[in-house]
Amino acid sequence: MLQERIALTGNEAMALAMKQINPDVVAAYPITPQTEIVQLFSSYVANGMVKTEFITVESEHSAMSAVVGAAASGVRAMTATSSQGLAYMFEVLYIAASNQLPIVMPVVNRALSGPINIHGDHSDTMGARDAGWIQLYSENTQEAYDNLIQAIRIAEHSDVQLPVMVCMDGFIISHALENLEILADEDVQQFIGEFIPHRPTLLNLDSPVTVGPLALYDYYMEIKRAQAEAMMRAKPVIRQVGQEYKALTGRCYDLLEPYKLDDADIAIVVLSSTAGTTRVVVDELRQEGVKAGVLKPRVFRPFPYEEIREVLAPVKAIAILDRADSYAGFGGPLFKEIRAALYDAPARPPVVNYIYGLGGRDANLNDIRAVYRDLDKIAATGWTDQLVRYLGVREEAIVHA
Amino acid sequence: MPNLKELMQHESFFSPGHRMCAGCVAPLVVRQVALAVGDTPVVVANATGCLEVASTIFPYTAWRCSFIHNAFANAAATLSGVETAYRALKKQGKINKEIKFIAFGGDGGTYDIGLQSLSGAMERGHNMLYICYDNGAYMNTGIQRSSATPLFADTTTSPAGQVSSGKSQWRKDLTAIMAAHNIPYAAQVAPSHFMDLMTKVQKALSVDGPSFINAMAHCPRGWRYDTREGVELTRLSVETCYWPLYEVDHGKWKLSYKPKEKKPIETWIRKQGRFRHLFTDKGQTEIKWLQQRVDEEWSKLLERCKEVG
Ligand SMILES: Cc1ncc(C[n+]2csc(CCOP(=O)(O)OP(=O)(O)O)c2C)c(N)n1
Ligand code: SF4
Ligand SMILES: [Mg+2]
Repeated sequence: MLQERIALTGNEAMALAMKQINPDVVAAYPITPQTEIVQLFSSYVANGMVKTEFITVESEHSAMSAVVGAAASGVRAMTATSSQGLAYMFEVLYIAASNQLPIVMPVVNRALSGPINIHGDHSDTMGARDAGWIQLYSENTQEAYDNLIQAIRIAEHSDVQLPVMVCMDGFIISHALENLEILADEDVQQFIGEFIPHRPTLLNLDSPVTVGPLALYDYYMEIKRAQAEAMMRAKPVIRQVGQEYKALTGRCYDLLEPYKLDDADIAIVVLSSTAGTTRVVVDELRQEGVKAGVLKPRVFRPFPYEEIREVLAPVKAIAILDRADSYAGFGGPLFKEIRAALYDAPARPPVVNYIYGLGGRDANLNDIRAVYRDLDKIAATGWTDQLVRYLGVREEAIVHA
Repeated sequence: MPNLKELMQHESFFSPGHRMCAGCVAPLVVRQVALAVGDTPVVVANATGCLEVASTIFPYTAWRCSFIHNAFANAAATLSGVETAYRALKKQGKINKEIKFIAFGGDGGTYDIGLQSLSGAMERGHNMLYICYDNGAYMNTGIQRSSATPLFADTTTSPAGQVSSGKSQWRKDLTAIMAAHNIPYAAQVAPSHFMDLMTKVQKALSVDGPSFINAMAHCPRGWRYDTREGVELTRLSVETCYWPLYEVDHGKWKLSYKPKEKKPIETWIRKQGRFRHLFTDKGQTEIKWLQQRVDEEWSKLLERCKEVG
């Protein structure tokens, strides 16, 4: 397989993948830090580099609505967003999933208002975690590119037929230049294949269809159950697509990416770019003889609870890093779900939560080292009374905006 | 010329198997539109509202054509996606049939929550016809006021009371707002004048680009009138010049119908329970105001259409 090595920002890599996917319809609306993706895509359209029909909508609500209309018409349709844009789409996200439309959307993670903030955290996509979309989180530019291409296959698989969000950290990845390997256009096309609609489409005049009916207590639950089953079926499909992608590129993708977890006493679980920082600290600690490890879930929806339980159960103390708070008074979303997954572990290890990096607050090596130091203590006693902690907050400077 | 009853015998894209209230005018509007469309293939989008909930109760559907309901605010944006997908497939040679795209929305889904989505779709120039069936309130949720509700109408969120005479604002002039988008065709219709309605639908579908039609669609439940009045009440809204019939064809304003004798507004509102509170001594002032405003709007329209009053 001929791959080219080039330097691109995360946004450029996402835009390039979109160009190579060459969707039939793209709806576009700008928002920092996603803007560059739609600008680049506009230039592909303007220069005849894609076959795409481009809709420059007046809002993200309309972007997702138009993409739903296009996907229900039997074409490959995409859009991209961040933060407030994703929040603005909210009701239509659920409708896209309920209609089981294989829409793929890059989301450049950014903090939700308020206060308004343009930098990266996961509050936007975590807010949409129960919208029925598959969610893939990307650590770096390479993974963002690779995830977007695989997302097409996952979404469109006949067993799945669900929309997919491909998440990437705003600025930290979207605006950082990194080397990555890219595929040739033909190879991307061959990998994703022709778009084949698996449900009746609006434009098939021979068999008219009513999309989006009213379904009350007599049918609603069956429709929702079918949707839930599609999400369950997505797990093996994501793995299978990952294996095929590995055969093509040599790069390996699974539900989870464990690092030095096999014999780990203490472990951090973290999504996206911070996983890289954490691995550096793990290597340092290993040099010092500390058995530290890290788990990076690549897939958050469907939630790989069995796989997570299997790799984490033998660990003596675990810290879950959440780049989003759920304001429930009980930590972030990743924490709660992983803690629940470990309930059935033979020996339940202590699991603590660190809320970190909100609004783009840097999470540096020292922050991560501090977490491992805490974990060391927790592992020693097997117990802590402080389940939810905040990383890198100036406790003395807490203010009301 | 066939009469309405004869026309209604034809099979169209909207079947009578829906569950709207008896005497509801909205399905009549849809059937007249369907008859105007004839055998031309169409895809319909519908905003949330009475028409949608009563015509698509799973596993049944009243729509013989392809149909999509997405949400309340986004019928226009949704259909713009469908129309764009159609253009994509056409360009790729995967589809060659001519298909028309029609959106239906209630006044709430069009004048209010869906206005941005509609404005965007019209501005972008999609080849689609948007039809608002204006029954002057959010009927599906129980008769709340919208920006289309007439001045002084009693609704559940603009109730008449000790210190209130009902809704205190004049209705938004949506047809003019749509015309101001410089789309090729915008028009106002009423199902009482069905030949006019059907001609306008055909015109709207024949233009290159977006078109908009605003249709008066009485709701017996919300307006509280005797269902036997039926389209007669619709006719009165036209005869009193509350709901004038006109079109804006490529920027040219044209009156479609001028009543021989303009009826007083009282003849229309007297038949409706939502104006009952005006028929007291105190209400006479309000009725006068109402008449004055109707007169003003009517002369404005005559001027725009270069007609003499
Ligand atoms: C975002 C959103 N807000 C509110 C509603 C509740 N709702 C459903 S239909 C409706 C009123 C529809 O009014 P209109 O568009 O005039 O249609 P009608 O029912 O009168 O035919 C409302 C408020 C909704 N479905 N979605
Ligand atoms: S409430 Fe009014 S608009 Fe709704 S179905 Fe009944 S008559 Fe028609
Ligand atoms: Mg209404």
